[in-house]
Amino acid sequence: MHSQIFQDYPPKDKSSLIPLLQDVQNIYGYLPEDALQEIADYVGLPLSRVYGVATFYNQFRLIPLGENVIKVCRGTACHVKNSSNVLYAVESALNIKAGQTSRDKKFSIEVVNCIGACSIAPVITINDEYFGRLTVKEIPTILKKFTGSPKPKQAESTTEKNLV
Amino acid sequence: MVQLTINNIKVNAEEGMTILDAAKSVGISVPTLCHLKDLIPTGACRICSVEVEGQRGLVPSCAFPIYEGMVVDTNSPRVRRARKTIVELLVENHPQDCLICVRNKNCELQDLSEKYGLREHRFVGETKDHAIDISSASMERDPAKCILCGRCVRVCHEIQKVGAIDFTNRGFASIVTTPYNKGLNISDCILCGQCILVCPTAALREKSTLKEVSNALRDKSKYVIVQVAPAVRASLGEEYHFPLGTDVTGQLVTGLRRLGFKKVFDTNFAADLTIMEEAAELISRIKNNAPLPMFTSCCPGWIKFAESNYPEILPYLSSCKSPHEMEGAVLKTYYAKKMGINPKDIFVVSIMPCTVKKYESNRAELSEETHPDVDAVLTTRELVRFFKMVGIDFEGLPQDTFDNPLGESTGAAAIFGTSGGVMEAALRTAYYKMTGKDLEHLEFESIRGLDGLKEAVVNIDGTVLNIAVVNGIGNVRQVIDDIKENKSKYQFIEVMACPGGCINGGGQPIHQIPEKVVKRMKALYQIDMEMKSRRSYENESIKALYKEYFIEPNSHKAHDILHTDYVNRKKTLKN
Ligand code: SF4
Ligand code: SF4
Ligand code: SF4
Ligand code: FES
Ligand code: FES
Repeated sequence: MHSQIFQDYPPKDKSSLIPLLQDVQNIYGYLPEDALQEIADYVGLPLSRVYGVATFYNQFRLIPLGENVIKVCRGTACHVKNSSNVLYAVESALNIKAGQTSRDKKFSIEVVNCIGACSIAPVITINDEYFGRLTVKEIPTILKKFTGSPKPKQAESTTEKNLV
Repeated sequence: MVQLTINNIKVNAEEGMTILDAAKSVGISVPTLCHLKDLIPTGACRICSVEVEGQRGLVPSCAFPIYEGMVVDTNSPRVRRARKTIVELLVENHPQDCLICVRNKNCELQDLSEKYGLREHRFVGETKDHAIDISSASMERDPAKCILCGRCVRVCHEIQKVGAIDFTNRGFASIVTTPYNKGLNISDCILCGQCILVCPTAALREKSTLKEVSNALRDKSKYVIVQVAPAVRASLGEEYHFPLGTDVTGQLVTGLRRLGFKKVFDTNFAADLTIMEEAAELISRIKNNAPLPMFTSCCPGWIKFAESNYPEILPYLSSCKSPHEMEGAVLKTYYAKKMGINPKDIFVVSIMPCTVKKYESNRAELSEETHPDVDAVLTTRELVRFFKMVGIDFEGLPQDTFDNPLGESTGAAAIFGTSGGVMEAALRTAYYKMTGKDLEHLEFESIRGLDGLKEAVVNIDGTVLNIAVVNGIGNVRQVIDDIKENKSKYQFIEVMACPGGCINGGGQPIHQIPEKVVKRMKALYQIDMEMKSRRSYENESIKALYKEYFIEPNSHKAHDILHTDYVNRKKTLKN
């Protein structure tokens, strides 16, 4: 399935593991389970080892990202300005943890280190937009802006109701 | 030779030794956690730290080589403080469950806590909380009790070469688990339990069926029969301070009777039966040009490994059920009929050195009509717990002998419990079957012992057999690859998943005394030596069983009851 990627690496060479993971993630945006198994077979490592490496490094993702990616800065300046509360608030609002994607695939939360906007700490970014000097209270309002096109969804549910 | 000083004692030790081993050679013990004998040290846990003159920090003695003139202190206040802190940190991130823990009084973390005098909780913080994996019929994984020493991971990857579990995530979230944290039963794990044997805590343990067995014993409508594997008699005494390698068959039989089993039978009987069937199968495969080499099939860990990794070699596996399954099958057919008992009222309990046998006994193929051949499997460790619970004082028990007819056995059966034993037993009978003569020299020295791959060439009246014994599942991949490339010269191959064979099975007593395997092995060869009959076909009860019931090995009826078939699990697992 990924023969084009594998071409660039000799088989049964354990040192290709990380570059292979990176290549696969570049294609899919995450590491699908069957790709992980294929990589394991190709480099000659048990799946458990490949999974272990993939979960060890923050750069790898095992689930696809949501439509909107929220990055919560946990760098020093933001930490001092209580970014832990910000993170907690985002997690509670979406009912998922950092590193996870919400069930409706609308949001993912990621924790990052300093994103170079310390002057407006604490900071989060959603997609390419910055939100600085955040207070916990603002978070639900900000998130609402991204909850996306509610219309088709409503339409869907009305049809369902009509059926019942 | 290198001369150094450890705790003011002059030590002469071999070059290349670690501080740990040099200290041990003069009777100084240093605690270890991540260290595993014969594997390259990782230096992960630091509990073995010692002070070396001229070194700024403490050094891990398990990984640090000695040098001429080295001055070591294994016990300075600084060392003790460092070790104590390590233990405190481990303990504070550990459920304080000792009173209700299966490893209570046999736990390395508990020992360390005692040794370093922990008397208060100095660090209180978040403790990890993980679900217990109860998915498999053989084992449980309780990651909350894991202290991340990595011993299981190393045994699984480096010795067994299965690689079912590994470290995942990092920091506080770090946990040893299967890929995607799925259950062991749908991982690559073969349930051999070798990881249990090295785990310092109760993070890995067998799944107990003690309750089911004790309920069955109380159920008036059940006729509860027990059978004991060969390897159990060579190890159980260790739990009662008998010297390593003491054969406790006599006490074991008495103990089981006192537990209330109606009959105490010997899996060795069925081992002899297995040999009759397996030797006949081998001979017919040779005669009929059927697929060779033939692999033995007594070890369910090996079977599971083959089914999930190399389904293409399943036609090479002997179709014989494993001995305790044969014993169960005979009990629920021949014996039930003979004694006029309804097979559905018979409850067969196997006492096994093995964790995989629990899963095996749940396999749907291993049943007669709707009754499983074996209803419950207890490991050696669970039996000891049972004895204690019931107040049986094992050391003081008088000796007794097995019930008959399913208790009679020959020396060939006793050695089933050790690597090379099944092969040796099979050759003794195959020789007779092919030549009509008794084999004179019964011992096959070259397939005994602890090497990973053992070979022999046997000439049976002109038929030359190249045989191999694979000791430990970690050594089997190469053998299979050779067969797939048509490079294999063997006709008959024994495989045991556990290094050393069942004597070192995942259900055996847990302790880290290195000589245990050799001593248990010796005990079984000793039983063989002392037996009146040492060839399976000389077993009178087996002769009677064929005469009255199965007619001859590999007969239609024998096939129905004593043989089985295998499942391609690669399909199920990897898709
Ligand atoms: S039971 Fe055997 S295969 Fe399974 S994790 Fe433990 S060592 Fe590995
Ligand atoms: S499960 Fe046991 S052996 Fe494995 S890392 Fe944890 S404590 Fe060590
Ligand atoms: S070698 Fe024996 S104890 Fe080990 S898995 Fe096989 S049958 Fe069980
Ligand atoms: S620490 Fe958060 S932006 Fe620099
Ligand atoms: S035992 Fe030496 S570092 Fe763990």
